[in-house]
Amino acid sequence: MPKPRTTAGIIAALLIGGAVAVFAVVWRPAISATEPPAPQSFDANLVKRGRDLAAIGNCNDCHTVRGGKAFAGGLPVPTPFGTIYSSNITPDPETGIGRWSEAAFLRAMRSGVDRAGRHLYPTFPYDHFINVSDEDDRALYAFLMTRPAVHAPAHANDLAFPLNQRFVVAGWKLLFLRHGTYQQDAAQGAEWNRGAYLVEGLAHCGACHTPRNALGAERASASFSGGDVDNWHAYAINARSPAPVPWDTDALFRYLRQGWHPDHGVARGPMAEVVSNLSSVPESDVHAIAAYMASVFGPPTQDHLRQASDVRAQIKSPPLELSPTHAAGASIYSAACASCHETGRPLPYGGVNLGLSTALSAPDPRNAANIVLSGIRPVEGERSPIMPGFASSMTDQQVAALLDYLRSRFSNQPPWNGVEKAVQDARLTQTVFVQTSAGPQNAPADPTQRDKP
Amino acid sequence: MMTLKVNGHDHQIDADPDTPLLYVLRDDIKLNAAKFGCGLGQCGACTVIVDGKAVLSCVTPLLLLEGKQVTTLEGLGTIDAPAPIQRAFMEEQAAQCGYCIAGMMMRAQALLQKNPKPTDAQIRAELEPHLCRCGTHMRILRAVHRAARLMDTAELSSTTQAIVHGSAP
Ligand code: HEC
Ligand code: HEC
Ligand code: HEC
Repeated sequence: MPKPRTTAGIIAALLIGGAVAVFAVVWRPAISATEPPAPQSFDANLVKRGRDLAAIGNCNDCHTVRGGKAFAGGLPVPTPFGTIYSSNITPDPETGIGRWSEAAFLRAMRSGVDRAGRHLYPTFPYDHFINVSDEDDRALYAFLMTRPAVHAPAHANDLAFPLNQRFVVAGWKLLFLRHGTYQQDAAQGAEWNRGAYLVEGLAHCGACHTPRNALGAERASASFSGGDVDNWHAYAINARSPAPVPWDTDALFRYLRQGWHPDHGVARGPMAEVVSNLSSVPESDVHAIAAYMASVFGPPTQDHLRQASDVRAQIKSPPLELSPTHAAGASIYSAACASCHETGRPLPYGGVNLGLSTALSAPDPRNAANIVLSGIRPVEGERSPIMPGFASSMTDQQVAALLDYLRSRFSNQPPWNGVEKAVQDARLTQTVFVQTSAGPQNAPADPTQRDKP
Repeated sequence: MMTLKVNGHDHQIDADPDTPLLYVLRDDIKLNAAKFGCGLGQCGACTVIVDGKAVLSCVTPLLLLEGKQVTTLEGLGTIDAPAPIQRAFMEEQAAQCGYCIAGMMMRAQALLQKNPKPTDAQIRAELEPHLCRCGTHMRILRAVHRAARLMDTAELSSTTQAIVHGSAP
């Protein structure tokens, strides 16, 4: 049995060792501040490439508030742990990243550490950006450093102790941050690899579409099985997809490029922002993303194909009987919705037959509630599908009755639970989302009309 | 037969439950302030107030209105005694052809009831669903600000207040 002194010695040694280990995990050096580089010092082609990459990375969606200056930050990003405000990533020397060297920027993208050595919250999706090549990071840096500098001090985060202590993030990284950049798969072609590189990296599709664990990290074993963002459900986009008609490369390309597809309807909410960005980048990149995602979905099962042909048959000859169990919802649907959704008006302006809507086959009613309450808002200055919102004309009970009916008529899934609660939540959160998000909340119908910035 | 409460009065309406409120207002009750523009809820000309909120009457079927209070522009004021929102729009000469104005006034009224001092940005955001072909947007903006001041200083006529807040007979 060791003497008390030795025990104390062992404990002391353990504590010191532990402290050193913790220090090694937590501590990151500051990278010294530099003079802001002159915009002319960057190659114009590099800046141009950086622009496209920034669009693929959705930097604008998180770093710009509605009506605010581009990339000046301040957008509240709600998480289950509290609200984190995005940073000013314009080249302003005081409040932005003007004094960041390229090395500091690369480190932030790679490992979520700011110039001063502080850990950044993984709301900034560096768990994906870790896969971005140095070359692409340089182009992003060149693009951001040539934007107009905006003086906009950071907004304090709204997090409870201990999460408001940035060193806690170091532990999170130890557990969840995979190291090493994206590796090519030699068994696959160049387009597939390009798509995989973008999807897993810069485009961070999994940040919304993969479910997270209790500590807010993506569950690697459930990649693309459906996640949550801003009170929207980002549907499963793998073999578990609830879409009534299976997705294929062509449909994915059109949806991601134009924001809608006749078999799937329009992209809304956070996804509208994604497709709005993808409409402005090189077409080949969107093709690559579509090709890779099609392989993530995998070939459709016989069951899924049969379901799709059932849906098409129902669209051709709708059932005449209105379901007696959902009489209230059925009459709201036929009075308020069928005039657009079942009249064959040209798409996307008309509204798809709701038998095609993934929203109604999804595991929960959030997206459907969001759409019925807020409608689909026009994109400023562009032709785009519009649906009026019904938040002011329907009570929660009316919306819930409608949703129950839509679920029973247009999906082969079991009834939803807690529909009325979902409607109440949707009322609260959509007002906030619509006010703070820079939008667009809808997809442009024909992005080719738009001038590139 | 259904009872519809409009501007504080009960009306017995004999129409299919899926009839849009706009048709009932114009054709059955002969209240013509709300206009038919697009019929698709995309232009705002048909806006009325239901239980304090601006609603597009062309896409609101009767069956959603059971037990609710509808207010149209006629319910806010009259030619002899215009409501503050109407006075403000007249004083700013905000109407040119006038087709969109009733809808604009109704949504502005609903806004001012919940936010008596809206900022420019708030008014613009709120009136976004309304189209105006004549282009009097700047006057409309000024009129809403003026109405806010009028409501702040002048007291609402008691009837208007009662109707708008839903406590009229
Ligand atoms: C999902 C939202 C989101 C997206 C998308 C996003 N960011 Fe961020 N970013 C954040 C948040 C939130 C922070 C602040 C994190 C913190 O305070 O710990 C941040 C921080 C940063 C920082 C650190 C700035 C500083 O001063 O510490 C940089 C650099 C950055 N982001 C660059 C980018 C770039 C480049 C892109 C696009 C390729 C991008 N971000 C996309 C949310 C996002
Ligand atoms: C900011 C969060 C976010 C990001 C990032 C994101 N998505 Fe989505 N996505 C959503 C949401 C939310 C929906 C559901 C939108 C709706 O109901 O219209 C959606 C819908 C979709 C759909 C439609 C599925 C269906 O069955 O209707 C596809 C396909 C899709 N996303 C693919 C992608 C791909 C590919 C990427 C990466 C390039 C991506 N998403 C990135 C949030 C996101
Ligand atoms: C004035 C026309 C119009 C009316 C009325 C209308 N919608 Fe829509 N709706 C649209 C358009 C346009 C879209 C966007 C195109 C699309 O995705 O189908 C849409 C989209 C939708 C979607 C998403 C479909 C998808 O892509 O997954 C749902 C769900 C929906 N509407 C439900 C309703 C319900 C329920 C009502 C009645 C309360 C209604 N709509 C009334 C025009 C309308």
